[in-house]
This record gives sequence, C-alpha cells and structure tokens, in this order.
Amino acid sequence: MLDALTLATGVAALLLAAWCGWAAYRDQPTKDWHFIGMAVVSVLALVQLVIGIVQLARGEKPEQGTTIFVAYLLGAFACIPAAGFMSLAERTRWGSVTVAAGGVVLAVLEVRLYDIWGG
Amino acid sequence: MTSGADEMEATRTRLISGPGILLVWLYGVMVVGAVSRSVYQIATEFDRAPLAYSLSAVAGVVYGFITYTLVRGGETARKAALVCCAAELAGVLIVGTWTLLEPSAFPDATVWSKYGMGYVFIPVLLPVSALYWLRKARTEQQVD
Repeated sequence: MLDALTLATGVAALLLAAWCGWAAYRDQPTKDWHFIGMAVVSVLALVQLVIGIVQLARGEKPEQGTTIFVAYLLGAFACIPAAGFMSLAERTRWGSVTVAAGGVVLAVLEVRLYDIWGG
Repeated sequence: MTSGADEMEATRTRLISGPGILLVWLYGVMVVGAVSRSVYQIATEFDRAPLAYSLSAVAGVVYGFITYTLVRGGETARKAALVCCAAELAGVLIVGTWTLLEPSAFPDATVWSKYGMGYVFIPVLLPVSALYWLRKARTEQQVD
C-alpha cells in the first residue's frame, strides 16, 4: 500500500515538474490549473504521511529508522506547498521553474522514502 | 555615494526576484536537508564519523545564512552572500577533493562528499549559479 502510494506520488511529482517546466519554457507564470495540480500532488503526499504514521502505529518498522522515515514524510508533504507559495510571490516564469524544481525534489524524496521503508 | 544610492539602499535591492526565487528555494531545501541530517546524526551516532557530521552541520549553517541574506536583500546582504557563497564553493571543492583522496577520514558521507554527488551535485552547482546571480544583481542596480 505504502509502496504503491510512494510510486504514485513520485510519478505525479515528476508530471507536475514537467508541466511547470513546460510553462516556464513558454515564459508563463503558474496559473490556476497548476495550483490544482500542486494541490493533487500535495494531497497524495498528505495521504502518504497519514498512511505512513498508521503503519508505524500498527507496529511496523521502517528499515532505516522511524525518525528518518517521519522526517522524510514531513519533508515530502511540505515540499510542494512551499514551492507553490514561492511561485505566488514570483509571478514570472521563474515561479514556474521553482515549482518544477520542487517536483524534482519531491521525486527524489520519494525514492529515498522507498529505500528508508525498505522496499 | 549619492542620494540615489542611499534611496536604493533604503528600498533594498531585491535579491529574490526572477531567478533569485529559484536560488532561495534550492538553498531552503539544502538548509532543511543539511541541518536535519546533521542534527539527527550528531544526536544519535556522532562517534561514528565526527568529522563528517560536523562538516554537514557547518554546511547547514552556511546554507541557512545565505538563505537569510537572499531573502533580506540589500547591498550589505548581497556582499555577505557573495562571501558566503565563495566560502561554500571552497568548502565543497576542498571537502569533495578530501573525500576522494582520503575516504578513510570519512566513515560516513557528508553533504559535500564527492562534490555533493548524493545531492545530485546541487551543492557544487548552487554556489556557482548564486555567485553569478549576485554579481549580476549589482550590475543591474548600477544600470538603473
């Protein structure tokens, strides 16, 4: 369950990165649709956070330690909203680039989460 | 210094407009990465690789300071950020080379090991682009 969610979030994050990268390429700021996309990815990360904590509460142990696991879950959840707010402050193509970078960072975090949980 | 320059100082050069926002974001990510990593490692297993974990902590502090100066803006902050980015670049290069020449000094990786390979080389690319951006920010200000 968690692995499937990790994969889904990672893929969604990369799609978001590509989408915002495309906007940046066309010299556009992030628009409403991009923010809906960010919301979808953030909800995925939130669901992942909740399910991760439920798994911990049920007594399952991440391979590389509970603290690191929770820290990465929190980081993954905060990643896209933080980038989103920054793109609100910067209404140029560079706001789009920032969200695209956020998507890539989230994808990297998901890969790490997969390792930490122990595949 | 003319009154125009004083005025400029009062409004503070914005360092986070345009590409600057991307730099702030990446530096922010590195702050969270380096600080949380070193806090955790120093708290739980400091004895295993004291040098590596201390260096990660130093890197985190430097990243934090650069992020703050970028957000704050202004000429003084720009200069401080320039100095820190240069120090950061030197740190990445020295530590990166050190980890390659003498891996035994580092039982565990630091943020700057192998020029930041574990962080997609962001640690080495970031100061270079930041130095470029900070120098450019001053030129634009003079043109205005």
